[in-house]
Amino acid sequence: MEKRLTIVIVEPDKERALPIVDGLRELGDHDIRIIAEETGLARQIAEFRPDVVLIDLANPSRDILEELALASGPTERPVAMFVDRSDEQLTRAAIEAGVSAYVVDGLRPDRIKPILDAAIARFHMFQRMRTELAATRAALEERKIIDRAKAVLMKARGIDEEAAYALLRKTAMDQGKRVADIAQQLVMAAGLLTCR
Amino acid sequence: MPLTRLRLGYLPLIDAAPLVIAQEMGFAAEEGLQLDLVRLTAWAQSRDMLGAGLIDAAHMLVPMPVGQALGLGPDLPAFDLVMFLSQGGQAIAVNNRIEQQLRAIGHPFDFADALAAGRALRRVVQGRLRVGVPFLFSTQLELVSHWLLASGFGAAELELVTVPPPKMAEVMAAGEVDAFCVGEPWASFAVDSGGAALLLPGAAIWSAAPEKGLVLRRDFADTRPDETGALMRALWRAGRWLDELGHRALASEILSRPAYLDLPPELAERGFAGRLMIASGGELREAPGFIAFHAGAASFPWKSIAAMIADRIARRRGLDVAEAMARAMPHFRTDLYRQHLRPAGAALPGASLRLEGALSQDRVVPAEKGQMILRADRFFDGFTFEPPVAP
Repeated sequence: MEKRLTIVIVEPDKERALPIVDGLRELGDHDIRIIAEETGLARQIAEFRPDVVLIDLANPSRDILEELALASGPTERPVAMFVDRSDEQLTRAAIEAGVSAYVVDGLRPDRIKPILDAAIARFHMFQRMRTELAATRAALEERKIIDRAKAVLMKARGIDEEAAYALLRKTAMDQGKRVADIAQQLVMAAGLLTCR
Repeated sequence: MPLTRLRLGYLPLIDAAPLVIAQEMGFAAEEGLQLDLVRLTAWAQSRDMLGAGLIDAAHMLVPMPVGQALGLGPDLPAFDLVMFLSQGGQAIAVNNRIEQQLRAIGHPFDFADALAAGRALRRVVQGRLRVGVPFLFSTQLELVSHWLLASGFGAAELELVTVPPPKMAEVMAAGEVDAFCVGEPWASFAVDSGGAALLLPGAAIWSAAPEKGLVLRRDFADTRPDETGALMRALWRAGRWLDELGHRALASEILSRPAYLDLPPELAERGFAGRLMIASGGELREAPGFIAFHAGAASFPWKSIAAMIADRIARRRGLDVAEAMARAMPHFRTDLYRQHLRPAGAALPGASLRLEGALSQDRVVPAEKGQMILRADRFFDGFTFEPPVAP
């Protein structure tokens, strides 16, 4: 049987780290660790002696890992940055997904590939979830604001809800803006005009 | 005609100004370009994205392409530095404890005299000194190691620690570094956070230290000469605009917008104006020429600089020095600089190598056409570097 690998995930966001762990667990019996606290990162990594370190491509702490990757003291393990030109497609897929991997020297590419594939898939999944969540939240916010703007209009002009919405829509069209933007402006202006 | 879009990576620092100004002030559009500026958070990210072709060009630390050329990075397509984007712009800061010790022995915090500051620091620091720098291949690392070794610190007494620029203040407050060297506005940001005092500008150590360069993949620079030339001219004109001091306040405003630095403009203006607050109490110091983008042939990518940085890196890492220099120099593309900026009217020096550190004052020298002014490039300790004869 092949040696068990120690994989470290550097990720302060737990919601993001856990699905990656799940994805990696499916690959077999690896020792998977999460580093969430990035102070003393170099020290923490040295303690785990990982075979693979996975980290967000845009994590500023990557620049600290770079130093580690080039360190060659007697007690340090040689760690290579995983960019292998023999598999440019995989590298590009990883970079596009926003994953970077640091891999211990001499680890065979066929052992790295499934790990990286799993990480890439989870990074993409997380990205989609985050986009969906942001869009849902924004839509909800807009609905709330439009409801408030309608209420302001109904009160100020003595019109019903339907007429209030029609007025918002017409104004938005006349000004080439979104209903939500007009509603936002109206609510803000109304707030300024109201004596507290 | 539609504009050609190029994606450029940058990190949020005031020396990203040529990219932002080229786009915002229309220098890019004049050359038929639209620059999509991508804000990045790590130097390694910039390097990897450039290597994978996800960005077309990058605002990068000058020593980074040297590190790549020496094989000290991941296995990526070859990178070339085609022009320098800035000189200076860095500041060295110490923590409150060292600040108090320095004041106690009468150090004036003049923010100018590197010799005096280095000696004073040597007197008050016992044992190791931990210094934060932004990346293992950075002008900051070269500046602090040169200055501290020349000030009587032994190599074993210095611990150079990589710290992302926006985190310098936090890391110093946590007691993980005693001092740091970082590009603006992050030194001023640390001063305002209350935990740091500015000791020197980078220019006090080396008066014309090239800080950032424009780096492209070699296959891009060589196969897309029209876009490469257009981009270089747009950035060169942006640099010229930035070196008119009357434009610096406006540059601070533009650069500080949420899309770029996302900080109060007052912070960026300190570095741009060369007028820095050195301690949270409000002491101001003038630092003329704190950052330069254009004047004195600031953008010419001397091959002798590539050799000098390669020499330093090779010595530090026990590599063959002559071989390192020979590998680094071809990646500073003075040929492309001449080819693409000659039509814009850039002053071009006769040679592509020079004795580094030799000019104690700005000097008029012969150029390809007529004469040109070279900016003083003196080291505080009189150090000079003679490059190998061009291969």
